[in-house]
Amino acid sequence: CRKASAKVITINVSGGNSKEIFELFTNKLVFSDFYLFYIFWQKCDLHKLEEGPPLQAVLSREEGLQYYRTMQTMRRMELKADQLYKQKIIRGFCHLYDGQEACAVGIEAGINLSDHLITAYRAHGYTLTRGGTVREIMAELTGRRGGIAKGKGGSMHMYTKHFYGGNGIVGAQVPLGAGVALACKYLGKNELCVCLYGDGAANQGQIFETYNMASLWKLPCIFICENNKYGMGTSVERAAASTDYYKRGDFIPGLRVDGMDVLCVREATKLAAEHCRSGKGPILMELQTYRYHGHSMSDPGVSYRTRDEIQEVRSKSDPISMLKDRMLSNNMASVEELKEIDVEVRKEIEDAAQFATTDPEPPLDDLCNHIFYNDPPMEVRGTNPWTKLKSVS
Amino acid sequence: LAQLYIANYFQIIISMLCFQFRDALNQAMDEELERDERVFLLGEEVAQYDGAYKVSRGLWKKYGDKRIIDTPITEMGFAGIAVGAAMAGLRPICEFMTFNFSMQAIDQVINSAAKTYYMSAGLQSVPIVFRGPNGSSAGVAAQHSQCFAAWYGHCPGLKVVSPWSAEDARGLLKSAIRDDNPVVFLENELMYGVPFEMSEEVQSKDFLIPIGKAKIERQGNHITLVSHSRMISLCLDAAAVLAKEGIECEVINMRTIRPLDAEAIETSIMKTNHLVTVEGGWPQFGIGAEILARIMEGPAFNYLDAPAVRVTGVDIPMPYAKNLEDNSIPQIKDIIFSVKKTLNV
Repeated sequence: CRKASAKVITINVSGGNSKEIFELFTNKLVFSDFYLFYIFWQKCDLHKLEEGPPLQAVLSREEGLQYYRTMQTMRRMELKADQLYKQKIIRGFCHLYDGQEACAVGIEAGINLSDHLITAYRAHGYTLTRGGTVREIMAELTGRRGGIAKGKGGSMHMYTKHFYGGNGIVGAQVPLGAGVALACKYLGKNELCVCLYGDGAANQGQIFETYNMASLWKLPCIFICENNKYGMGTSVERAAASTDYYKRGDFIPGLRVDGMDVLCVREATKLAAEHCRSGKGPILMELQTYRYHGHSMSDPGVSYRTRDEIQEVRSKSDPISMLKDRMLSNNMASVEELKEIDVEVRKEIEDAAQFATTDPEPPLDDLCNHIFYNDPPMEVRGTNPWTKLKSVS
Repeated sequence: LAQLYIANYFQIIISMLCFQFRDALNQAMDEELERDERVFLLGEEVAQYDGAYKVSRGLWKKYGDKRIIDTPITEMGFAGIAVGAAMAGLRPICEFMTFNFSMQAIDQVINSAAKTYYMSAGLQSVPIVFRGPNGSSAGVAAQHSQCFAAWYGHCPGLKVVSPWSAEDARGLLKSAIRDDNPVVFLENELMYGVPFEMSEEVQSKDFLIPIGKAKIERQGNHITLVSHSRMISLCLDAAAVLAKEGIECEVINMRTIRPLDAEAIETSIMKTNHLVTVEGGWPQFGIGAEILARIMEGPAFNYLDAPAVRVTGVDIPMPYAKNLEDNSIPQIKDIIFSVKKTLNV
């Protein structure tokens, strides 16, 4: 699925869901709310798949505004984190997601909150889509007690319900994700697990071990490779003998998707989810995307790529701009409306940053807590033999 | 009256049946699989082969593919899958054919299992058991003979247990499976076939041994021997020999490596005033090293009449030839020698 489409039709309808609308459209009925019937320019590249996602998608006004708001929140949150990091209020690791918003938002739009998701360390965006608040996320980055992990995890270790982090070891999250999928199948709840990794991690051996077992045991697992073209400072050409990441699953069917187009990501995810839920086993999606920042805050991101390249992506493929243009040019929203959302988002981020910088650090009493779950209180040795610290579950 | 006495005697004998260490493990797993649907076993050859060491014999026949899962030879992958399953609400038992192979998966054990509850500040627990044979065997050479007690015992967030007897195996494995935290369960291949008596109480379905409590296997007044796993057998044999010379050893079976029951050791030292630790693993940064350090730092130091010492495996990769192998791990004579040296007799 690539770039802008040639044919776009706006229809006014009321009520109903996307599928109903599509059927109604073909009967050419007219209603009173906004739906966009969007046709993609190009098919997705497929590997061992008969059919890709449909070439058309239906976007309701409500959905469009929601995706816009979430992506904008994500963007502003990451930029604020950049600021706070430069002010040394955030320390250690900070891997920013700006540029890749369409992936997180599109994926979430294709699954349910009752499904499961796991990713690596570029996780702030997913923490948000999986139910975390900007306040909790930012306070975790600044290491305060109001953080989503009470300040004990930091940037790479954020968790919410059915979201398993935030994982620091490259590739380790992939077997974990398949394990979650195993539990989904075992418990018979028709849930699935989305298991994300990057182009750098894609060469990890444990990922191939996982492909094997997930396929053997038909685990309901959507493997997603977020290909942002660089694994830290190493471009994909220098790291991988085959950069067709969607084919690397070999016996696992795969598809390559435009990760800058939120609708494209959503439709592909829906297809993948359907595949898993029907018991066919795992499926692999490669999302072609881009990160504006360097690998982390300690990487300026311009020694291995040109500023021109970054600028070109920003001007031609920015996910938020793309969605905005699409909605404006089809009269799905007004400029003022979107500006208002921008203002609201800015305020939310400012409030969150305010909280994140003023909330106190975790109490020292909390140092040794959370070693074991459901255990009686115990003693932990401090830095010297006379210091015995208390630990509760 | 005599008839009643004899009848009682026979009743006691019958109820104290002998079980092999591996049978105790098998029963424990069987009972826990039955008790809780979320418990399942995965590992190489655990299902259709009945277990590489027959520890899981009969379980696949009874519980089927869903609960007893044969994995490909991909430790890092299946250990990660087991941890993920634990995160999502199941209670996996992940078998490593030997703990030597766990090195391939050690990142999943430490970084994904052990640390997660802490990193998530209590949001995400990992109720998993990693089990398998640990330490030296017979003639399996260097790559298959390492003891990992010290490596895993080093890490906060893990519980590490090392059973010696069938009773230990049963009670500790049940506790480990019921524990909501990652437990590393270190067995020993040479112990699998050793028979032990198990009383009726031990055979009951809810018999649990608390993790973190040592057991005094033999009372004594002159010196404390602290050990775990197979070395307990050697300690008891050495104690029997020493008893003939009038030296009474108190043998403490650690049962748990982490959290270490320092109190039990300290209490014993306050009585005997002498300490020798015995382990099969390498000396540097090992189990004995930790015990001695703790005793130094604790109240029992003042009760020592002689420096505490460690009996350990020799600081070399394990050789193959039988005579070399025999001389690479503690023998009964080494324990006796160290006891006498410590007691200055």
